[in-house]
Amino acid sequence: MDMQATPLRPSRAKVQGASSLYGAALPFLVLFVVGVSFPLYGGGYWGVIATRACIYWVLVSGLNLVVGFGGQIAIGWVALLTLGAYTTSVLVAGTATPELPPYLALAIAAPVGAVFGLIVGLPALRLRTFYFAITTLGFATIVTQVALAWQSVTGGGVGVAGPVFPAPFDSQWGFYYFCFGLAAICTWMTANIAASRFGRALTAIRDAEVAAEASGIAKPALLGMVFLFSGAVAAVAGGLFATLQSYITPDAFTLDLSILFFIAILIGGRGSILGPLLGTILLTVLPEFAAPLVAWSTFLYAVLLLVIVLAMPGGIAEMLDFRNRRPLESDRAIVPRPELLEPLLGSPPDAGALTLDEVALSFGGVIAIDGLDLEIGPGQVHGLIGPNGSGKTTTLNVISGYYAPQRGAVRLNGAAMPVLARHRRAHLRIARTFQTPRIVGSASVLQNVMIGGTIDGEATFVESLLSLPRHRRDEAKLHDTAMLALAAVGLEQLASVRADRLQHSELRFTEIARALMLRPAYLLLDEPAAGLSAEEIERLGALILAIARAGTGVLVVEHHPDLIFDICHRVTVLNLGKILAAGTPAEIRAHREVVNAYLGA
Amino acid sequence: MVESIVSTGVAIGCIYALIAITYNVMFSASRVFSFTAGTLGMLGGVLGSLFILRMGMPVAAGLVLALAGGALVGVVTEIVAVRPVLKSLEQHLYVLSTLALALVVQQFTAIEWSTEQQPFPRLLDIARGGFDQQFWLPMLACAVVIAGLELLYRHTLVGHAFLAIAEDNFAARALGLPERTLRMASFALAGMIGALAGFAGGEMLLAFFANAPVLTFYGFVPVALGGMGNNRGAVIAGILLGLFQQAANFLVGGIFASVAVFTVFIIVLLARPEGLAGASHQRRV
Repeated sequence: MDMQATPLRPSRAKVQGASSLYGAALPFLVLFVVGVSFPLYGGGYWGVIATRACIYWVLVSGLNLVVGFGGQIAIGWVALLTLGAYTTSVLVAGTATPELPPYLALAIAAPVGAVFGLIVGLPALRLRTFYFAITTLGFATIVTQVALAWQSVTGGGVGVAGPVFPAPFDSQWGFYYFCFGLAAICTWMTANIAASRFGRALTAIRDAEVAAEASGIAKPALLGMVFLFSGAVAAVAGGLFATLQSYITPDAFTLDLSILFFIAILIGGRGSILGPLLGTILLTVLPEFAAPLVAWSTFLYAVLLLVIVLAMPGGIAEMLDFRNRRPLESDRAIVPRPELLEPLLGSPPDAGALTLDEVALSFGGVIAIDGLDLEIGPGQVHGLIGPNGSGKTTTLNVISGYYAPQRGAVRLNGAAMPVLARHRRAHLRIARTFQTPRIVGSASVLQNVMIGGTIDGEATFVESLLSLPRHRRDEAKLHDTAMLALAAVGLEQLASVRADRLQHSELRFTEIARALMLRPAYLLLDEPAAGLSAEEIERLGALILAIARAGTGVLVVEHHPDLIFDICHRVTVLNLGKILAAGTPAEIRAHREVVNAYLGA
Repeated sequence: MVESIVSTGVAIGCIYALIAITYNVMFSASRVFSFTAGTLGMLGGVLGSLFILRMGMPVAAGLVLALAGGALVGVVTEIVAVRPVLKSLEQHLYVLSTLALALVVQQFTAIEWSTEQQPFPRLLDIARGGFDQQFWLPMLACAVVIAGLELLYRHTLVGHAFLAIAEDNFAARALGLPERTLRMASFALAGMIGALAGFAGGEMLLAFFANAPVLTFYGFVPVALGGMGNNRGAVIAGILLGLFQQAANFLVGGIFASVAVFTVFIIVLLARPEGLAGASHQRRV
């Protein structure tokens, strides 16, 4: 626990958080009780259906992190089910190796699945949506073809017998409990991830990728871990699936199955664990209620998918989200509490000056910035103004690593910063906001702010998966710091509200709170006052000054001259990528060219 | 054997190229890659077999009706799966909506037509020869489509309007071009091209619902390799793909061919996500 923050923690939100946590666990508890007691009221065939639902969920729970949280459109995930089923069955049958016991075979299938999950998933780092979707589709086709053609091992079209687990898991209900147990463990593990910095980082990659990078989230490492996990559980599901089928052929692994997994997640709702769980149960059970519909099931899934995409992109999870339908107070005001900045930011270590030397960059024939020199010191507010297209935002993007300068260098304390290493900027304690706020709309305001502290977590992915002490310590600390940051910018009463319900000005302050989570040495603000009321601009100004007083250097790109002249220690005026003037606000105000070109008489 | 590899390879390659052009025509009108491209190819074969073999119509009538069916599905794609999501901020939605529609059509075909491969009629009443019509018909169709598109784009007003929309949507609208109508027309045209691919290649591919995902994948490979929106690149890449696949098929067997195509596809995509002939875009923050 962060003792320093405790006395400042607003208590109401904490109580709310605790009760919602309890409420969130309730549906899982109900499902667990129903699952455990299922043999009491479900007869023979329903036992098979229930087992199948558990097996599907083992796969879907992992895929949910890829699709629902990470937003990666992996439609061919059945390939990993196939792979796991064949790996397990072939190892047990001993067609290629000595016969292995089923548990060992299943344990081997997991790492095999993990490796292939990574292979199928990695193109997502380079390819955009449709390309990635089609590569997973292609992989699914290939795996089936290999299974069909590699007759000596897989039995080709004739198939191979699935593994039989020894007692007590050889009976129908014994095997059911085995699968149910694994499904419950998967639910618990993925829920842990969802509530960790990794889960939040995934949603940030999905909905606000540039903000994720600016918060120091390394997409390759994060997605890599998720693909490994997702591949492993999918392969385990495959081994169980082979046992349930008792005999597998390539025909058993149609693309329809892949679509079922995928649609279960979307029906459930992205970024939720409960929704996709209900979706999986629903899609597994639904065809059983209407026998004549079995042939039409994939058709119906597809229609359902179309309806969901067009009519209710939030899925079941959003339907069940009653809390966020309560109206918000309409006349709420943002009242920052700058006095909280000191405990929040502490005293940042002196990072030295941030300097731009002769930086030049052009896009095609258009010169964006042309030999720009700039120096910002710790605790200073530096204003960057100029007409549209004068290179203000480009300058900011060069500093934060989105563009590589063609000439010149950006230095921190004299050392050149790595070019185009966006997510490394956060580690240098350089934070930023965006011209259009980049926010995860479906996450709460608090979660959005917590994204900003991602790099300060210490627990590894596995520790979070298993909710080990370090993970819980991280979360408690991130929660408290984020509440403090929200209180500092004046938004703590909105902490538990979905971010897409906020007003524009509130989103701007949310972004500032997220940036403050880094305890930045330098804070880059891209038009923070755009869309704010006069009163809000005044409060923003006071907040920025207080941030600077705490030792952070601030670079403000703005169009509001009043704000700039009120708060800045130094101002640089750009025109056509060159410095038109630089100096104190008083000097700039008196600068004839600036007045003529930009400020107006 | 070489002869057979070449004729089969080029013919299959031309079918892939036609599906790739289907992708491209839809893409240039809407910036959307639609999963229905391969489905249209599958429908060309199924509709041809339905009208000519099952209903006994003359070949010409079957062709016209199959193309009309393709155009209809193209227009439905635009209305149902593309238009509603074009304005959405979430760029991935079109992937899901077109995938859903493609599945709806494919499953409907499986249930109402057949889940088995069905025969496709011989289109021309001439004797089977070494260089048979089943090989040269797809090549002819591909040549006709390429020539037709060139004529359309370069020498007609409608074609210029298509190009304008593809080049700069906003500017085209500002000029008063009826963007929505042109987009629907593009999708209808794409539908016809896709259906023609399945129709001309019917004897090789047969009338089979499961051709849809296969064509969706192999038809996209030339798009990715040739550069999106680049029809000539797509034809060259399509034919090379067909030849490579057939050669590998004959020489080392089917699995290797599939795995090799997939591997090459992934490597090229990773090395050059914009395609071998495409230009890269700076992204905006």
